[in-house]
Amino acid sequence: MDLTFSEEQDELRKVVRSFLTRHATEADVRRLAADPSGYDPAVWQRMATEIGLQGLAVPEKYGGSGFGYVDLGVVFEETGRALLCAPYFASVALAAEILLRCDDETARGDLLPGIASGETVATLALTEENGRWDESGITLNAHDGAGGWRLTGVKTYVLDGHLADLLLVAARTPSGVSLFAVEAQAPGLVRTPLPTLDQTRKQARVEFTNTAARLLGPEGAAWPGLERTLATASVLLAAEQVGGAATALDAAVEHARIREQYGRPIGSFQGIKHKCADMLVEIESARSAAYGGLWALDTGDEAEIAISAALAQAFCSEAFTRVAGDNIQVHGGIGFTWEHPAHLYLKRAKSSEVLLGTPSYHRELLATRLGI
Amino acid sequence: MELDFGPAVRDFRDELRDWLAEHLVGEFAEHRGVGGPTDGAAWEVRLAWDRELAAGNWLGVGWPREYGGRGLGLLEEIVFEYEYARANAPYRATGNALDLLGPMLLAMGSEAQKKRFLPPILSVEELWGQGFSEPGAGSDLASVRTRAERADGGMRAERDDGGTSFGGTSRPTGVESGGEWVVSGQKVWTSFGIHADWLYVLTRTDPDSRRHKGLTMLLVPADQPGVEIRPIRNLAGQDEFAEVFLSDARTDADMVVGEIGQGWRTAMATLGIERGTTLLPQQLTFEREAESLIGLARERGALDDPMLRRRIVDAWISVRIMRTTNLRTIAELTAGRTPGPQATTAKLYASTRHQQLGHLAMELAGPAGQIVGEDYGLDTRQRSFLLSLAETIYGGSSEIQRNIIGEQVLGLPKEPRP
Ligand SMILES: Cc1cc2nc3c(=O)[nH]c(=O)nc-3n(C[C@H](O)[C@H](O)[C@H](O)COP(=O)(O)OP(=O)(O)OC[C@H]3O[C@@H](n4cnc5c(N)ncnc54)[C@H](O)[C@@H]3O)c2cc1C
Repeated sequence: MDLTFSEEQDELRKVVRSFLTRHATEADVRRLAADPSGYDPAVWQRMATEIGLQGLAVPEKYGGSGFGYVDLGVVFEETGRALLCAPYFASVALAAEILLRCDDETARGDLLPGIASGETVATLALTEENGRWDESGITLNAHDGAGGWRLTGVKTYVLDGHLADLLLVAARTPSGVSLFAVEAQAPGLVRTPLPTLDQTRKQARVEFTNTAARLLGPEGAAWPGLERTLATASVLLAAEQVGGAATALDAAVEHARIREQYGRPIGSFQGIKHKCADMLVEIESARSAAYGGLWALDTGDEAEIAISAALAQAFCSEAFTRVAGDNIQVHGGIGFTWEHPAHLYLKRAKSSEVLLGTPSYHRELLATRLGI
Repeated sequence: MELDFGPAVRDFRDELRDWLAEHLVGEFAEHRGVGGPTDGAAWEVRLAWDRELAAGNWLGVGWPREYGGRGLGLLEEIVFEYEYARANAPYRATGNALDLLGPMLLAMGSEAQKKRFLPPILSVEELWGQGFSEPGAGSDLASVRTRAERADGGMRAERDDGGTSFGGTSRPTGVESGGEWVVSGQKVWTSFGIHADWLYVLTRTDPDSRRHKGLTMLLVPADQPGVEIRPIRNLAGQDEFAEVFLSDARTDADMVVGEIGQGWRTAMATLGIERGTTLLPQQLTFEREAESLIGLARERGALDDPMLRRRIVDAWISVRIMRTTNLRTIAELTAGRTPGPQATTAKLYASTRHQQLGHLAMELAGPAGQIVGEDYGLDTRQRSFLLSLAETIYGGSSEIQRNIIGEQVLGLPKEPRP
């Protein structure tokens, strides 16, 4: 029974928040949002060496520190708060996770330590032009050619795909969906950054032409691990969304206290006060959804994980978008400007709402998993 | 998700499960799931059930033994509520005294008051009504006008019967008598008021005071000439709440809870309890309603309708979120931490979402939902739907909850007040 945070977790939160207050200021976010590479390698390195964030939940035998998902959730809530521009979600929530979920001990030993130490930036290339997050969306072709496996086809909406050192690619072989590792330098790999609505998180289109790849785990057996990875990532994204929503509310409250109209702070008007209260209700409910998911991940109950992950994504996605929109409303005209940070949160919210599948998709997953 | 707090608590849980399985039979079992904080249905059966619980020593699990409780901890109390709701036992008729007055007395009552009043609550011998609201003081509780003054001008005075009784009652009080309060005014919306033997009443004891200053919390016997209680029919057709007319009603001088003039603090503490812990068992009922609604939808083949399907999934999400929110608060309490903002937002979320659930249940019931039984007899769904409309009103309306969240949690500027 552990739905509250321990003192160690409170401490972790403090450390991460203070780090991000220094290294992910609004100015940093705006600078990196405008920069195609999208992150600051020096800060990335410090995240790894000073607090060990990339390897936090990676087991110790693969070079990480072996913390749990609740701990990792604390970090994602904070990176979401700060709108951190870094390939953290791609590398930690997706790539490290799929390696842990694929049945390939050698690959784990080879690839995880680099991710845990921050030396390797990795990502998962799953989605294609069809934009689907389910098994049937995976059509990229893998064939067993001379000198090993080769990939041919296109992945897109790949998070940080243009800058990752390592791509973990879901592809189809005659026996089904399989997982492959592709090095950034592999011949026949063309990566094109996509201009994104949410400039704080980059995406790329990745073309494979007879590109050499390493098969991870047994051929044709990758989907269950991918599905589980998506569940984990859904919960971590939900934690990130809670953090983003919390910052948006803080900003709204701050403004409502200071901005005066009719000789009174606007926060003394119920139209605004009640909106802020509703934002908090939304956030606290989203917290329950996300924390419930983190807790399930740590207890390892697969049925519970599947259910709470879909629930977390369905709920937290919409909660963040709503709160980010309300924040703009509370700010009035200034909230509608490029100069004010409110839109950065709205764009992050709207994009992350569909990042791992839409809320409707997750509702349907939930319904199916519940047998509704 | 099972609650597990270790072996001792598990033994307690098993004992309770066995007891419930053994006793929740016959008429009691037929009334499974009946009731709610504002539901007067099947009153007599529910009262008998409360007495059954009392006989099994299951009331006041966390209250000290000296007052008739089990002397166990918060964990056991929580487990009790969960298991109780899990067994779908009838909602306790005496919930008001158990959940509100009892904790209030434990926290702020005098030793004599605790000794006198707590045991008969646990043995279901005395029932209580909460006399806070008035016709002119609802959300704005600080405008209470019911007046109380000392009959003896505040001096200690011997009663001429020299006895331990007071008012028009002949009940032994167990509290040394030293003068009386005379109470006049009108209270309203008193839940289960017609059954009350006693009322805890927020009164104005300083006639020149304004707002929340000069208020005092008094315990007043209901069975006396100065107290007239008239049932009010609620929208579900039940006599569940009442108006209470106090005309020179009397109570002993020692019946002040907390301090004279500090009644606002006492009232707020009680409302804090009402908005917090009493949500817990209620939400498990909501969960059950959601499950049964899914079952109904499946039977009707309604799950193929994408719009309904979406609303059903959302209903399920809501009750699951209520549960997790509760577990967060419980986890914080049991870890000795101050509960976070979710403890304050929970009521607003739960009450709003429960109403949506009610609308959905009525939609699934379809045309059959239009028809009631003899004497306006409602089925479970109709009753739950109609009664859910009270949840955003009592214990502080949703608007007042939003003010509280805005001002006390988020620190927004207060509304201008006269
Ligand atoms: C089923 C039920 C059981 C109850 N049981 C008890 C009981 O046992 N004992 C007891 O003392 N009381 C009880 N109550 C009374 C309950 O506490 C009050 O009804 C409640 O506080 C609202 O007060 P009111 O009815 O006077 O409505 P009002 O205060 O007149 O409110 C009417 C409407 O105006 C809104 N409003 C009022 N003030 C504001 C404001 N400042 N800002 C914005 N909106 C505002 C309210 O939200 C509401 O929508 C019960 C009520 C119900 C429905």
